Amino acid sequence: MSDPVETLDARGLLCPMPVIKAQDRIAGLRPGMVLDVLATDPGTLADVPAWCRVHGHEVLETAQADHEIRIRIKVH
Amino acid sequence: MTEPIKAVALISGGLDSMLAAKVVMNQGVHVEGINFFTGFCVEGHTHAIRSRKGGAPKRNNALWVAEQLGIKLHIIDVIEEYKKVLLKPKHGYGQHLNPCLDCKIFMVKKALAWGFMAEHGFDFIITGEVIGQRPKSQRKATMPVIAKESGADDRLLRPLCAQNLPPTLPEREGWVDRDALFGFQGRNRKPQIELAQRLGFTEWAQPAGGCCFLTDAQYSRKLTDLWQAQGRKDYELDDIMLLKVGRHIRPAPHFKLIVSREEGENRYLEGYRRRFLNLRPISHAGPLCLVDGDPQPADVELAARVVARYSQGREAAAVTVAAEDPNGGCRELSVPPLAPAEIPSAWHV
Repeated sequence: MSDPVETLDARGLLCPMPVIKAQDRIAGLRPGMVLDVLATDPGTLADVPAWCRVHGHEVLETAQADHEIRIRIKVH
Repeated sequence: MTEPIKAVALISGGLDSMLAAKVVMNQGVHVEGINFFTGFCVEGHTHAIRSRKGGAPKRNNALWVAEQLGIKLHIIDVIEEYKKVLLKPKHGYGQHLNPCLDCKIFMVKKALAWGFMAEHGFDFIITGEVIGQRPKSQRKATMPVIAKESGADDRLLRPLCAQNLPPTLPEREGWVDRDALFGFQGRNRKPQIELAQRLGFTEWAQPAGGCCFLTDAQYSRKLTDLWQAQGRKDYELDDIMLLKVGRHIRPAPHFKLIVSREEGENRYLEGYRRRFLNLRPISHAGPLCLVDGDPQPADVELAARVVARYSQGREAAAVTVAAEDPNGGCRELSVPPLAPAEIPSAWHV
């Protein structure tokens, strides 16, 4: 069975708020769970993966269409 | 097995806090970083403001520093709590609206509260302060004030200038070797740069004007204008975010124009467009303009003429400008652009 996917809607927020929201959400998730972060600030593309690297979480995928960004994170 | 000694380091993204953390890490202490988002940080939001053509790297320097150090970084939203610091600073403001001493006390206090929570279990706090580095907050006389009023007392270690200060708990307990700390003082950056090179760093952030908009004269003027216009000293996050971008033009006390200056600012203001009466030229290329306040019909025409002045049609006889209400109602105005001399310098906030 695949891991459950949670979604965080951080659209309209400017960095570092999407990072802070992701950090706070991940604090409540178990290892193995997956979080999709939806955002619109292009800074998110750099900041969320950087935050994941320093905390040891895995970015599974980043996607960008029009002005919307989706970053899929696996919690470790 | 004994638990390792743990320290939480205030990481701004600048050189000094990076060095302070590294010096303590090199003594075998487990270090994690903490960074506070007040809403006035130059970091972060500048991502959204910057034009894609700008070429500046889109990165958060505090996170970048954490990566260089190989430590965790915890970013804490303190926007609401920070209002008390800015609106009524016990120790007053610096040259502009920067409440640097109260700010440092606040941040050390927050780091203490966070780090000493049972689930975090940190033993002491590190800052990159250097005596004499900043005229308001980093003086020999203010160092004990920060330690005392934050409640950190002798659990606050400043590795870069520790040898100029009385020994702290981590030094007395032997958690860190005082002899391997430093006695930097003054505004000269050479000792820090030499230390950075010795520690193997080849790159570090040097934000012009520091990391806080409140040290900026122009930003402080805009904030003062906001408080005057609304008749009270208060703010919401969106208020202070909008002060970071665009030309701010106040033709009259009851309304202000925020006019973008380039593509990045246009995109940034776009996010706020539906909350304001907004104008943009449609016959020529030009800026997006938000109208803040309570404009009357004649004011909208004046606003359109200002927008026309900053458009590609500034030399044309007339420019067509679309004015859109927050409720979606839209109309077009054909207006002659204002001449530069018709926009008094006093209108520019």
